Amino acid sequence: MEVRRKERIDRGIKVRSEGIYCVSSPKEMLYVAGPRLLLIAGLLLLPLVLEMAPYWKRVVNIMCVYGLLAISFDFLANVVGLVCLGGAMFIGVGGYMTAIFNVYLHCPVFLAIPLAGLSGALICTVLLLPCLALRGVYFAIVTLMYPLLFTRIIEALNILGGTNGITGLDSFPNPYLENYVIIVLLLIFLFGLRRLMDEDIGLVLRGVKDNDQSVRASGINVAHLKALAVFITSFIGCLGGAYLAHLYMWAGLSLFALDFSIIPIAAVTIGGGGSMMGAVIGTFILVPLSEFLRFFGTFRIVIYCLILTGFIVFRSEGLLTYFARKYDQFERWAKI
Amino acid sequence: MSILSVENVSKTFGGLKALMSVSFSVKQGEIYGIIGPNGSGKTTLINCITGFIKPEAGKVYFRGSNIKGWPAHKIARAGIARTFQVMRPYYSLPAYKNLIIPLWSPRARAIGGWRGGGRHGDRDTVAVDILEEIGFERDSRVPYKMASTLPTGYLKRLELARCIALRPEIIFCDEVFSGLSASEVAGMVPLIEKLKMEGITLIMVEHRLKELFKVADRVMALQFGEKIAEGHYTEVIADPRVKEAYLGSEEV
Repeated sequence: MEVRRKERIDRGIKVRSEGIYCVSSPKEMLYVAGPRLLLIAGLLLLPLVLEMAPYWKRVVNIMCVYGLLAISFDFLANVVGLVCLGGAMFIGVGGYMTAIFNVYLHCPVFLAIPLAGLSGALICTVLLLPCLALRGVYFAIVTLMYPLLFTRIIEALNILGGTNGITGLDSFPNPYLENYVIIVLLLIFLFGLRRLMDEDIGLVLRGVKDNDQSVRASGINVAHLKALAVFITSFIGCLGGAYLAHLYMWAGLSLFALDFSIIPIAAVTIGGGGSMMGAVIGTFILVPLSEFLRFFGTFRIVIYCLILTGFIVFRSEGLLTYFARKYDQFERWAKI
Repeated sequence: MSILSVENVSKTFGGLKALMSVSFSVKQGEIYGIIGPNGSGKTTLINCITGFIKPEAGKVYFRGSNIKGWPAHKIARAGIARTFQVMRPYYSLPAYKNLIIPLWSPRARAIGGWRGGGRHGDRDTVAVDILEEIGFERDSRVPYKMASTLPTGYLKRLELARCIALRPEIIFCDEVFSGLSASEVAGMVPLIEKLKMEGITLIMVEHRLKELFKVADRVMALQFGEKIAEGHYTEVIADPRVKEAYLGSEEV
């Protein structure tokens, strides 16, 4: 019997140079930039394409907020090595901060959001500082606990509007702005974080995940680096939360919902971790899917779970890794 | 003038006395060897001096200031680099990118110059320079390979390269010769001598005594956390307590 095996051969310029190559011709530039341009153009055109379906425009906004959470989770977990389930905390703190700035202090929307991002990130970082020495699942547990803590405090002390939340936040001046603010934010942070990873400081952060002992032996304060990474992550998350509060024109306890912690992880698992791009692809599948499944009523969660399991079982490497392989290599059967 | 002097350093782990009042001092530009059987406290001593564990008692003077109890990164920043016995490269990075991390550190950036690494981008070149110096073939693909794919010989060199990149005054080498073949060790020896020529003080913990004695100016022997002998290697191996520690005593 003839024995054959599948051969994978690198396509185009992605020859076996272990990632180091020179881009020289327009064709090659397009090969490298193509997928990125497709993503940027696709996202920017989405609100225009969905002109006739305002409901889905809303879904795109929420999808982008989850996208922000997913890239920040991916950054912290797969680059720095801190598994953070604090998505809900970032969204909640960001949302409440923007409500304070906007409703109590009368800042306009476009001042309140960045202020909420910065102050929220500061609060989250300070709260997480004592836990930075924890590793793996212990850090995850603490970050999961904080949102619960916030809800209980707000309920018990009846501050910040209590269970009713803070109402009367300003909305965005027009629906296009509403769409594009979050889309542009997502694109900036997606490519910004990827750029950061390629810088020397990005390498140092990856070093912290690989082995922090060597980083310490190199005269670098690991605690400072982790705090910086947590600040970046919570800044991104809080901006998302602030946006969401203005979108709903309301900041309430549901901003601390567990979904904000869990869905980003599912998205990174489906999309493939470590590159941020996988996280975005994951959210772009999961969030619309969840909306689409509303059609099935109570069966929604069952089908959702089945699809999720399917992804994890059949594409455990992550969709992005799979697509990247198909894009960079072709396969053929070779005789042995 | 001694660059590093350790005075009565002690450390216990629960009931185990890992180090009992160990003292020694090292002169600038010297190669100082530390030998001793397994479990005699050699690595613990390095960990105590470099801040990876805190000694319970004693003092560690580096250039006249007591660095005992400083955090590890601060000690490294002061100029004391170390390798790890169990190699700790950044496995997910290519070999030359492993050096970007020490080159990025405040110490290397402050010193700058040939080995300090300059701004972003220059560091890659400096990293490959250091790797070439340490024995990675520049024009081959070895410096660009993932650390996880490198053989032990290169990883040991990479450990040392990571120390050099920090531009240290003292390097603690924790068993850099172990696990290497005789010819690989022969390749490492000139490297060690070259570092000495450049004025770097080396403190080497070693089990490969023959190779260590070739390079070391002075040697200290440890047993059960106690210093039992110190001096030129001929004196140390002639010491009856050292013989006993390595070969066991003859019971009557």
